[in-house]
Amino acid sequence: MADILIKRGRVIDPEQGIDEQLDVLIRNGKVQKLRKRINEKKAQVVDARGLIVTPGFIDLHVHLREPGREDKETIKTCSEAAAAGGFTTIVGMPNTSPVSDNQTVPEFVAAKAAREAVVDVRVVGSITQGLSGEAISEMDDLKKAGIVGISDDGFDVKNASLMRDAMEYAAMLDLPIISHSEDMSFKEAWAMNEGVMSTKLGLPGKPAASEEIAISRNIMIAAITGATLHCSHINTKRAVQLVYEGRKKGVNVTCDTCPHFFTLDESYLVDYDANYKMNPPLREKTEVSALKTYLRNGIIDAITSDHAPHLLVDKMVEFEHCENGIVGLETSVGLVLTHLVKERFISLTRMVELMSVNPAKILGFKEKGSLKEGNDGDITLIDENKNWTVDKSTFKSKGRNTPFDGWELSGKAVGVVSQGKYIQNN
Amino acid sequence: MEKTLDQKVKEIVKENKLSVKNIIDIDALDKADIKKIFAVADFFREHFRRGKDKKITQLKGRSIINFFFESSTRTRTSFELAGKHLGADTINVTGASAVIKTKGETLIDTAKTLNSLQADLIILRHAKAGTPLLLTKWIEAPVISAGDGFHQHPTQTLIDVYTMQNEFGDLKNKKVTIVGDIKHSRVAGSLMRLLERYKATVVLTGPQTLMPENVEEAFNVTVDTNAEHAFKDSDVLYNIRVQKERGSGSHIPSLREYAHMYCINEARFALAKKNAIVMDAGPVNREIGIRSEVLDGLMSRVSTQVENGLFIRLAVLSLLIS
Repeated sequence: MADILIKRGRVIDPEQGIDEQLDVLIRNGKVQKLRKRINEKKAQVVDARGLIVTPGFIDLHVHLREPGREDKETIKTCSEAAAAGGFTTIVGMPNTSPVSDNQTVPEFVAAKAAREAVVDVRVVGSITQGLSGEAISEMDDLKKAGIVGISDDGFDVKNASLMRDAMEYAAMLDLPIISHSEDMSFKEAWAMNEGVMSTKLGLPGKPAASEEIAISRNIMIAAITGATLHCSHINTKRAVQLVYEGRKKGVNVTCDTCPHFFTLDESYLVDYDANYKMNPPLREKTEVSALKTYLRNGIIDAITSDHAPHLLVDKMVEFEHCENGIVGLETSVGLVLTHLVKERFISLTRMVELMSVNPAKILGFKEKGSLKEGNDGDITLIDENKNWTVDKSTFKSKGRNTPFDGWELSGKAVGVVSQGKYIQNN
Repeated sequence: MEKTLDQKVKEIVKENKLSVKNIIDIDALDKADIKKIFAVADFFREHFRRGKDKKITQLKGRSIINFFFESSTRTRTSFELAGKHLGADTINVTGASAVIKTKGETLIDTAKTLNSLQADLIILRHAKAGTPLLLTKWIEAPVISAGDGFHQHPTQTLIDVYTMQNEFGDLKNKKVTIVGDIKHSRVAGSLMRLLERYKATVVLTGPQTLMPENVEEAFNVTVDTNAEHAFKDSDVLYNIRVQKERGSGSHIPSLREYAHMYCINEARFALAKKNAIVMDAGPVNREIGIRSEVLDGLMSRVSTQVENGLFIRLAVLSLLIS
């Protein structure tokens, strides 16, 4: 493994209070040195003049699809999509087939990733066996097999007393809960946000309350169990406020939102394009601006993509029958730079907090989220002025289900260093 | 020499070309299009009477496919008869969803097959909103929606507004009260849209649990859950059946209580204007939505709607694929 020397980039490392031009030397996949000027003859030199150098971005909510749905995505292609999008660590949700509810799945993912992945691939275990909501998974075994948290993503745990047991057990094992918060007793089939737009389109809607009720319940259970709760992909003002109130009362609760929630709203559904169909669904315009504000003032902790690759056919049947979700790894950084940083909602430093520092803290990754000497040599290189057009046909991901095809973006991750290798993006 | 019926149809169709290729969204038809459809419907109303020879050759050699994913009596028969009167070959493809379930084919693949068989027009009824639009993106043949989910039923609305205009002329400021299960109604979905454009006053009544969310904001209508109050001074009482098959049952305690509160009976009907009419797109829920005394009474236009249904469909078929 050759040394990698990143020269003359603008290093932004909020944890160390750094925002200045520095050289970074990576040796054996770790940060060796961070200095004004480093000369290392044998190293592979990356000229980072004009670029921003940050601790590697972490997406704590992706769907690897492998094992089980390799037709949609594999650990290899997902990791390549991550690298192309500027991520050096991705965290797979457990709703694979089989479900990651026992030691075999995380061990399989780790083994496969070691052979084929180009970035650090981690995995989450399920809260309940088979995502059934009926009995909790063998979390200690799962932890020994390498999981970094637990989740029943796609569903919530309907039964409050089972959720309490799960949180208590997870707290004992020091595992964070990555929560898909949704009141599962809003049982009527839904296809989008409930409101004026669902009435116009004649589609069954789901109210924001279905998420807000569940977030509120989960925070209260976290309060009595002492669990670490992370509410993922939240998209309403009230939901963020609930997290804020919980935190003020001492509950260990954090949250993230996704790029599609601060760039899109339900009005995009006007032509029944299933690339705008997701769970939770796109909400009203007013929620979009509220989310931007909360991303700025620090109440929202992280940005995730909820990368959810699907087959073309999954999005070309009747709208209500189409699968939920979109791919996001290759558009996330561009959307954040264009619609948050360029529009001056957040600073570059805040972006690094949202996409690297905080995800590392939420998952307890002590060697990530900062370029301290000895930490993982994960680096994201950003050209904040690069103008580009999203072209889904060039995605490394197998998924083509994106609503952002053809979008003009300003700012891109042009390369990453991960696992001791430099990967340049075109 | 007097012109033959065929020649007359050819002429009137030529004079009334529409600006659209498909009829899937009532909002996509401009007022001029609607006027043309109504003019051609008037023509057919004059010439198509029981006992007369109704066979004409306007659409001879054309194939029309009734692609129905939900059961239907009047809409399907009406389209089929209209097609046959015009000389087209009409085929019914039903139970197609079963084909899809058993053979794993998607709706689009089935539609593409029909398209490849050189169908000239596809009439689609589907339980899911937006499906007609999806179809138009994949096939060349024009598509008419015969109802999609809780969204729209555009030809039914043409029939309804045609019927109302024949009764009252200009609909401006006419009070149309729609009563019943609005939440699950595509008939109401397109009717509210078009009546808004004709500046009618639309009031919805029925249990709040059967009202679509934010419907007042969506369609410039008023909701008044008190039937007696809502019916007052109405020009039209339009009944929308409680669709138990769409799960309306769980939104109300019982049909018994529903009928107590909302059934159009003689006493309630008397609250409307003197010359008010009663309408219903059917199938009719006798004694629950409308009492037989009213349904079979002088001011009922339910049969007229069905009659006009044939004329409107003769008009749209001949205008879309001639």
